[in-house]
Amino acid sequence: MERNDAGKALAEQLPPLTPHEATVEADRCLYCYDAPCTHACPTHIDIPRFIKKIATGNLSGSARTILSSNLLGATCARVCPVQELCEGACVLGAEHKPISIGRLQRYAMDYLWRHNGNLPATAAPTGFSIAVIGAGPAGLSCAGELAKRGHAVTIFEKRALPGGLSTYGIIALREPMEVALEETRRIEGLGVRIETGVEFGKNLSLAALQKDFDAAVLGVGLGGTPRLGIDGEESAVDGLAYIEASKTDASSLKVGRSVIVIGAGNTAIDCATIAKRLGAARVTVVYRRSEREMTCYRHEYDFARSEGIEFRFLAQPARILRANGLVTGLECLRVQLGAPDASGRPAPAPVAGSEFVLEADQIVKAVGQEKPAVAALLGLETRKGFIAVDSDFKTSLDGVYAIGDCIRSTGAASTVMAVEDGKLAAEAIHEQLAQRAQRSALGARAASRQPRPDGAPTGRSSPAGGRLA
Amino acid sequence: MADLRINFAGIRSPNPFWLASAPPTNSGAQIHRAFEAGWGGAVWKTIGAPVLNVSNRYGAWGFGHQRMLAINNVELISDRPLEVNLREIAEIKRAWPERAVIVSAMVESKAEAWREIVRRIEDTGADGIELNYGCPHGMSERGMGSAVGQVPEYCEQITRWVMEAAAIPVIVKLTPNVTNIVLPARAAVAAGANALSLINTINSIVGVDLDTLQLVPSIGGKGGHGGYAGPAVKPIALNMLAALGSDEVVAKSGLPISGMGGIATWQDAAQFLLLGASSLQLCTAVMHYGFRIIEDLCDGLSNWMDEKGFKTVAEVTGRSLHCVSDFKDLDLSFRAVARIDAEKCIQCNLCYVACNDTAHQCIDLVSREGKVVEPLSYDPRSNGKREAVETRPQPVVREDDCVGCRLCYNVCPVDNCIAMVELPSGRSPVTWGQLSERQPQVTEDWEAMNAYRQKAGIRIH
Repeated sequence: MERNDAGKALAEQLPPLTPHEATVEADRCLYCYDAPCTHACPTHIDIPRFIKKIATGNLSGSARTILSSNLLGATCARVCPVQELCEGACVLGAEHKPISIGRLQRYAMDYLWRHNGNLPATAAPTGFSIAVIGAGPAGLSCAGELAKRGHAVTIFEKRALPGGLSTYGIIALREPMEVALEETRRIEGLGVRIETGVEFGKNLSLAALQKDFDAAVLGVGLGGTPRLGIDGEESAVDGLAYIEASKTDASSLKVGRSVIVIGAGNTAIDCATIAKRLGAARVTVVYRRSEREMTCYRHEYDFARSEGIEFRFLAQPARILRANGLVTGLECLRVQLGAPDASGRPAPAPVAGSEFVLEADQIVKAVGQEKPAVAALLGLETRKGFIAVDSDFKTSLDGVYAIGDCIRSTGAASTVMAVEDGKLAAEAIHEQLAQRAQRSALGARAASRQPRPDGAPTGRSSPAGGRLA
Repeated sequence: MADLRINFAGIRSPNPFWLASAPPTNSGAQIHRAFEAGWGGAVWKTIGAPVLNVSNRYGAWGFGHQRMLAINNVELISDRPLEVNLREIAEIKRAWPERAVIVSAMVESKAEAWREIVRRIEDTGADGIELNYGCPHGMSERGMGSAVGQVPEYCEQITRWVMEAAAIPVIVKLTPNVTNIVLPARAAVAAGANALSLINTINSIVGVDLDTLQLVPSIGGKGGHGGYAGPAVKPIALNMLAALGSDEVVAKSGLPISGMGGIATWQDAAQFLLLGASSLQLCTAVMHYGFRIIEDLCDGLSNWMDEKGFKTVAEVTGRSLHCVSDFKDLDLSFRAVARIDAEKCIQCNLCYVACNDTAHQCIDLVSREGKVVEPLSYDPRSNGKREAVETRPQPVVREDDCVGCRLCYNVCPVDNCIAMVELPSGRSPVTWGQLSERQPQVTEDWEAMNAYRQKAGIRIH
């Protein structure tokens, strides 16, 4: 497939609303008081307010309403599972069609960007500096919120581009890479510095952070795709790498004629969709449990089926078959579901001797992600393998916070939850630092020390005089 | 099948729906098509003094995506030559003998000019004449239109000139741009008019363009008040219609009234009939959707009349006038409270915020556990549709505190969700008028009022 065709095949699925569509839709909103959509939104955007502003033609005000609760409004407008959140709670949903909140949010955000509207103003510098590890949605949200409060924030990102899964891991037809990157630039516009190519534990140490920063926030996400432990696994393509290639260089992505995707989460659906759209004749999602236990959203499943993707349930991959070094199929075992396992879902039990073969020339593995490696590296307390945090997002290590997918030990990980984590953690850190500044000011007065002439710290010192940990 | 035929001051038409004197009745060709569509009559666009028109003459007011809830115009009377109009009137009347053809007229305020126009109209064979005392723009600056309608003496004088000359029925069309619509109506009665019609358009400015800062619409950079009409004016028109029906002098005269002002549907039409109209005129709805709307106007009105057992339009006319009352005659002991049907309620909380912020603070939000909760009291760390929907409190009216103001009923977006339920107040019926007569001190002195309330068991929270 030619590059342009590939780009077209994965172009953003929903077109932007036209001004007429947007105002008609906005006028349909009842303007509920204490609205359920706002409650359902993890970042609690005042949805009736921003929609009313679209209805009155106050589009920059609308976008700023969104941003005041969620600095990643443009990403969330596209990737949020709105059916499970705001739109799912819309009071018009029962008898009519819920308001298209996601698309209206995108309309307002698009307007602000097109008119080069600024993000919220930032407060006067506090003199504190904070390190954020990982430029994914959690890290960007936290960094932006801290910068808004006047803190100096540096994000260290191991990849070449910031944005995390928004940039690399979400199918382009839901969020094009340019959107994620533009949003990152807006966060930088708040004064956040982003250093890419810096990986914590490799070319950045805890000691370095402790020396230079007043707090550190881990927004490192999760690791690679776990091993299935089956014969021939090395011939399988990694699901996240598959999506990444489709976004960074779709024309060079090798797509089979008959593709099997192992796993049934949202990443698996994205991989299957990419395969189908980029030319595979047949795409089959293979899952060891049943339709009911799938972790992808219902609307993603419906979308995949409308794309012509097939599903093979109760099939446990056992072996990848190859001939002359090329993949020829996937051998599976039939599965019977048993009593609930640790995840609360029925445990899949392969039936001995029930082997069968599904033919394929490409096998993509999308069975979740490894737990965050940084937990072990720093000796952090964990919960089910995820970094354990308290209600203020503090880890067991003083001055170190964690947010986003790397702490999500319960519930489904999502972009919008990561954004909310970042926002709440920023509030907690700000509070903590403000207290520290107050204590230090009191201490300074007690010691009759002269205040600095400009009233603000410079260089590597901080108002607290103390450093991280 | 209900009989929709009417005989209005001797003018007969197969149904009560006439096109009002306005752009839809500008020419014979238009009226010909309107009659083909089924209109019962047409009041020819006002003929008379020579005029010149301007561009951008129609403005409109809408709300949300509801376009043209009202129209505003600075179009003058017919700008076609008088002879052309008179010839076409005669042609139309000949072609449609059973339809009502009425000619609206407006000339200089001189007896001779009026006599002359009456004579020429009668020569066409038209069924009646409508005197345009209402046009609020342009013509009024030349001493015509509303400049006449606003001064009862002028209204009476000109009507007398016309009545002396006219052999066919004469309808006096009233302007709403007065503080008391009854006075010009009485003047028309005194002068011997055969019928009344109302309302003409209302003085209005539609708006200001926020880019150019010029009036909407802008006529070469300027604008000004124009005549306002359409669905938005209907309640004003109904009130003026009812005021005539309730006035002793006008009611006693027995003059039929042609009602207009915002009629768009058969329901509107029925309401005008119920408050005393015996013919109906439409303009804005036709300018919005065309002549074809006549089909549902007749069909819907006829079906409703059948359902209600009304055989003729005359049976409907004025049927609700006895309900029109002054405040002093309302029963102060009548009690209604709002009741929210929790099954139908979608929990938008519009009733709650309206009551709490702007009315009488008598709707509570009640949690699933039956506790009264404050709005926005959910845990900010909770989210998701299930959590939001399943923990959402239900608005409930505290009936003991409810004053029955009916605001919640009006804002509720769900049909039949909030009902105003009549409850016994436990007090004997009494009106303010009766109270003023029997216990005048109660109506004049707060202390006496408080004592009265206490005794009667009236608690205002």
